[in-house]
Amino acid sequence: MGRKLLLDKAHIENIRFYDVYRREGGYRSVEKALKTMAPDVVTDEVKKSGLRGRGGAGFPTGMKWSFLAKPEGVPRYLVVNADESEPGTFKDRYLMEFIPHLLIEGMIVSSFALGSKRSYIYIRGEYAWIVDILEQAIAEAKNNGWLGKNILGSGFDCEIYVQRGAGAYICGEETALLESLEGKRGNPRIKPPFPAIKGLWDCPTVVNNVETIAAVVPIINEGGEEYAKIGTGKSTGTKLISACGNIKKQGVYEIDMTISVEEFIYSDEYCGGIANGKRLKACIPGGSSVPILPANLLLKTAKGEKRMMTYESLADGGFATGSMMGSGGFIVLDETQCVVRHTYTLARFYRHESCGQCSPCREGTGWMEKILLNIEKGKGKMSDIDLLWDIQRKIEGNTICPLGDAAAWPVAAAIRHFRDEFEWHITNPDDAVRRNYGLMHYADILTVVAS
Amino acid sequence: MIKFSEKSLQEVQRIISFYPEGKQKSAVIPVLHLAQQEFGGWLDVPVMDYVASLLSITPIEVYEVATFYSMYNLKPVGKYLFEVCQTGPCMLNGSDDIIKYIDDKLGIKPGETTNDGMFTLKTVECLGACGYAPMMQLGKKYREHLTKAKIDQIVEECGRSAVTNN
Ligand SMILES: Cc1cc2nc3c(=O)[nH]c(=O)nc-3n(C[C@H](O)[C@H](O)[C@H](O)COP(=O)(O)O)c2cc1C
Ligand code: SF4
Ligand code: FES
Repeated sequence: MGRKLLLDKAHIENIRFYDVYRREGGYRSVEKALKTMAPDVVTDEVKKSGLRGRGGAGFPTGMKWSFLAKPEGVPRYLVVNADESEPGTFKDRYLMEFIPHLLIEGMIVSSFALGSKRSYIYIRGEYAWIVDILEQAIAEAKNNGWLGKNILGSGFDCEIYVQRGAGAYICGEETALLESLEGKRGNPRIKPPFPAIKGLWDCPTVVNNVETIAAVVPIINEGGEEYAKIGTGKSTGTKLISACGNIKKQGVYEIDMTISVEEFIYSDEYCGGIANGKRLKACIPGGSSVPILPANLLLKTAKGEKRMMTYESLADGGFATGSMMGSGGFIVLDETQCVVRHTYTLARFYRHESCGQCSPCREGTGWMEKILLNIEKGKGKMSDIDLLWDIQRKIEGNTICPLGDAAAWPVAAAIRHFRDEFEWHITNPDDAVRRNYGLMHYADILTVVAS
Repeated sequence: MIKFSEKSLQEVQRIISFYPEGKQKSAVIPVLHLAQQEFGGWLDVPVMDYVASLLSITPIEVYEVATFYSMYNLKPVGKYLFEVCQTGPCMLNGSDDIIKYIDDKLGIKPGETTNDGMFTLKTVECLGACGYAPMMQLGKKYREHLTKAKIDQIVEECGRSAVTNN
């Protein structure tokens, strides 16, 4: 059994409510931080922990906090990113739904470190019922003296508010999120200036993912150095993985970044293997934006080493033969699934979610969707594959925000690793509408050792 | 005359209190949710104008927002809105079949409403429930691990008005 720091108590009955959460040791980190630590010392602990942002980009959290500008007389803000809309990702929802006080506790400590007196949770609009859960947790925390004025006699004042979005993946991008929180369309801003200098209402702002802020609780309780001992290399601590697709046990798992991908997929502690006795074909290990890998490259790196569930190992080989940890949205495709169709649904997603500010993204995502649908329906031409490749290359790196890259990468990776499947759709149009290509050379050739 | 109920007006005030002095424009997104809920499930122009006047912002500032976000309906919808996710992970678990089943059962394609105004079918992109696929949003809640039998049951519940949207 791996170490669990975030979800170790999530199964306890009624942990959603304050009394149970407190009885189980909740809010200790607030007592410790506000009574015995200076704000900068809290930031130092987070630095020592090696915690990397859990929202997708993996940026070191302590470093981000230390960039926050602190001009005299200007408010600073902490905004928690609970927009969670990357296909395959549903971990923040789990945390907020089952153990909401963990997020509130982490926010109080983080707000103290950053000097944020008004902190916001920006939550995707569809998670409507979770807004109620969070607001109840906030009210309970406030009634028990953990929020409001002069918390624990420390002189620190803090309030937390929940802001609901209204359906837009792009609002997960931090500057689009801030625009949305200001009551506008979610159009990303040009950076610099970065939010740490000019963020919400032009004030210095830190945007962090839900899981990142929750991880601050065990970091303060146990100390940054202790936290850093868990995991492997620069992948410290634990990571929530939301596993879905064709596996036996879909759900949210907390892993301590010491296990292999093979173990994660096949062991009964985690995914329990591929569903319905089928074989593994491919996997997108970190949310829809990261490259898809065929089974053989997923389980072992190009060098033939076991691939591990860490930031470094998942990225081993770069985009040529590797992928990314991303948001931890782990999507598994079995042998009967069609890579062209799956890639088409993702292209449709990005076309739908493009904010439309940059022409390569706005136009390119639409073209990719159309071409992929044609190929999927057996109406493609051989030259379409090169055209797709060309379009995705013209999007990548040529846009205001990373959504353009996020739309380009899945298409690029699908062609890179599954070109023969695209070609088969084009040369066998009748078959392509009736059946799927199947497994071919992607088979999980490895003998599975994990039980 | 369009006017929120007392309860909703109090909720608007509570939302405005989330922001610093003078930043009540931030309330537009949550207040539009309230308006859509209270005024028939969609946002007609007079409703948006009313929201603008409540928040002391210009109507165009409200239209800009209402047209950007996918949860706002700019046309009337049925009493029950089935928002079925069709993105990759849901597709891997059979969302195409669920959409087709609803189409066959209720005689509506995505974007259409039944003649009696009861049901609208809408396909949506990933709702963050990929591990519980196939799924749809109905009112405030998610319906997950959908099967044909579950769709039958949900339609039947709606027929008995046993489903609340909020
Ligand atoms: C298109 C797009 C969507 C994103 N969606 C999310 C999201 O839903 N949740 C999230 O935490 N970060 C998301 N991010 C990353 C954020 O911009 C930001 O890096 C993150 O919230 C920082 O928090 P972290 O350092 O704690 O990870 C997204 C980025 C892009 C470009
Ligand atoms: S890359 Fe796409 S989503 Fe990002 S700002 Fe440009 S058009 Fe908008
Ligand atoms: S793909 Fe349907 S909920 Fe994520």
